[in-house]
Amino acid sequence: MMELFDIFASAGLWAAVLRIATPLIFGTLGALLCERAGVLNLGIEGIMTFGAMIGWLTVYQGGDLWAGLLAAALFGGLFGLLHAVLTVPFGLSQHVTGLGITLFASSLSYYVFRLAVPVASSPPTIEPFQPLRIPLLSDLPLLGPALFNQTAPTYLAIAAALILSYILFRTPLGLAVRMTGENPHGAEAQGVNPVAIRFGAIITGSALMGVGGSFLTLSAFNSFFPTMVQGRGWVCIALVVFASWRPGRALFGALLFALFDAYQLRLQTVVGKAVPYQVFLMIPYILSIAALAVMARRARVPQALMQAYRRGER
Amino acid sequence: MRFERRAHRPLILVVLAPLFAIGAALAIAGFLIALAGAPVLDAFWQILKGAFGSRLGISETLTRTTPLIFTGLAAAVAFRARLWNIGGEGQFYMGAIGVAALASGIMAGWPPVAAIPVAMLAGAIAGMVTLLVPLGLRLRFGVDEVVTSLLLNFVVLLFVSMLIEGTLKDPLAFGWPQSVPIPEAAELPELMARTRLHAGLLIAVVAALLVQFVQARTRFGMQSRAAGLNAAAARFAGVPLGVTLVKVACLSGGLAGLAGAIEVMGVKGYVTTDLSPGYGYAGIIVAMLAGLHPVGVVAAALFAAVMFVGADSMSRGMAIPTYIADVTVALSLLTMLLALFFTQYRIRR
Repeated sequence: MMELFDIFASAGLWAAVLRIATPLIFGTLGALLCERAGVLNLGIEGIMTFGAMIGWLTVYQGGDLWAGLLAAALFGGLFGLLHAVLTVPFGLSQHVTGLGITLFASSLSYYVFRLAVPVASSPPTIEPFQPLRIPLLSDLPLLGPALFNQTAPTYLAIAAALILSYILFRTPLGLAVRMTGENPHGAEAQGVNPVAIRFGAIITGSALMGVGGSFLTLSAFNSFFPTMVQGRGWVCIALVVFASWRPGRALFGALLFALFDAYQLRLQTVVGKAVPYQVFLMIPYILSIAALAVMARRARVPQALMQAYRRGER
Repeated sequence: MRFERRAHRPLILVVLAPLFAIGAALAIAGFLIALAGAPVLDAFWQILKGAFGSRLGISETLTRTTPLIFTGLAAAVAFRARLWNIGGEGQFYMGAIGVAALASGIMAGWPPVAAIPVAMLAGAIAGMVTLLVPLGLRLRFGVDEVVTSLLLNFVVLLFVSMLIEGTLKDPLAFGWPQSVPIPEAAELPELMARTRLHAGLLIAVVAALLVQFVQARTRFGMQSRAAGLNAAAARFAGVPLGVTLVKVACLSGGLAGLAGAIEVMGVKGYVTTDLSPGYGYAGIIVAMLAGLHPVGVVAAALFAAVMFVGADSMSRGMAIPTYIADVTVALSLLTMLLALFFTQYRIRR
């Protein structure tokens, strides 16, 4: 029984939490930004897959790791542009368009990957981001390896949460985004261009999703394989609700989720034989569903979420 | 330039929309094939030849069409009522494992007349129950069923994986994770000798006609369409929304469960975790391409199956990854959404 608690005392657990959380932080922030402007982006799962693929491929073809990250952001933004064109001026169903983007982006990433890399028995690898040891601080017990011995994109993710929080709640631009998500007609009456705001939010948000995906291949792991995103995008969509559309809480939610995930991974080794490993792997998905059920009625949804905005049409 | 809503949808545009969508998707796919440095027209010719060029090709295409009709119908009936069932993949696997568990457990020695209908019913019920979870969460807690049904897909796949590595594991499969085979009595008869084509195709077509009848001619069909068109107005007119949605979920989940059951009973005979190459997700595309029309689903499912089977055979001869089929089918969903838009709106300067 004590073993179940001993896991919490291991530095490895806490170091893993931030690592597992990083793609979720990027993805959740991206989805949150889109939804704050009133557009649900279910393209996230496919955009993360494409980000993982293109980031890896860029480095595999001789690019710099940061070039890989940038490529993931760029292509994420391009898929975001596609989603924006279909859902904003045309006002198509955000549910179905997003799913279409996911199916398109993920199958396209497998297609491009197979074209670039012929079938091999073991997938080719790259040299991923190395942890940045922050001197002195990383020697602290428990906290040191957890907080101050991570790869650069992890620090970037935490910074992104703080920056997004600042922009959304402390700048005129953020106010315009939130107004567009609450009431685009009212926003327009105040001189805000809801169409431009929605385009900007979806493209930027999708770029963040792409970066989140690329973390999987550029830092957490060193090669790409199909279905590696494993529903992380859908978890992010659930985390946005859990976070009540606030970046700070999104950061907290992603970390909490990652803690459960890291814990179940270690739990498997402790009670491995008694319980089938699939039960542990189910926990993250079931937790996401449970979080949705608890938060759905309490959360304050952006009022114009999933409402198409056409000028002069109610 | 702006868009103006049409007073009514011209029938000619409604009929042309899927053809335009497929044409546009194929054009973009052609561009991707050209990028890979292969001759485009030749590649498309190889796809057609692979799907229709031989007895085996035709039978494979029709075999692939069967589950797509079911998952397409499942998505179509749900979407009509604005129940966003994206969990077709999970319901497919629950149907499959439901049949495997029941048939291998108790059906040894049953006559086929009893075994086949009972097995199909078991698969359908397993699919229903799977969809009632996200619907229950929506009705009780107000949770958007899109995300929950998507997340459930992963839970179900892990559950199936657990069963076929545990309780239902086939001890004779040399350690491969697969379920015990179903008894012969529960297997569907084959339609073409020495191929994988089975009677499931006929059941699928009959199901499409039945769903068409239910939607067009019954009170439940009218209520479910009303719930989708305008939930508030439907409630005002006395449609019991909750009950209607539960019935829709039973129909939709049941159809997706049947897809999995029939795949096991007709093709494989047992369950593995790669039983479905994404039939549940492809069903959403099939439903949209069909304009949510049950009979159209059969045609749209055939298109998707042609792409999958044809691309498989094409990629053996050319250096084009078989994923081109998935890309084309996914693209046709996006182009179809656009085409549908122009059946409802016109461009005004």
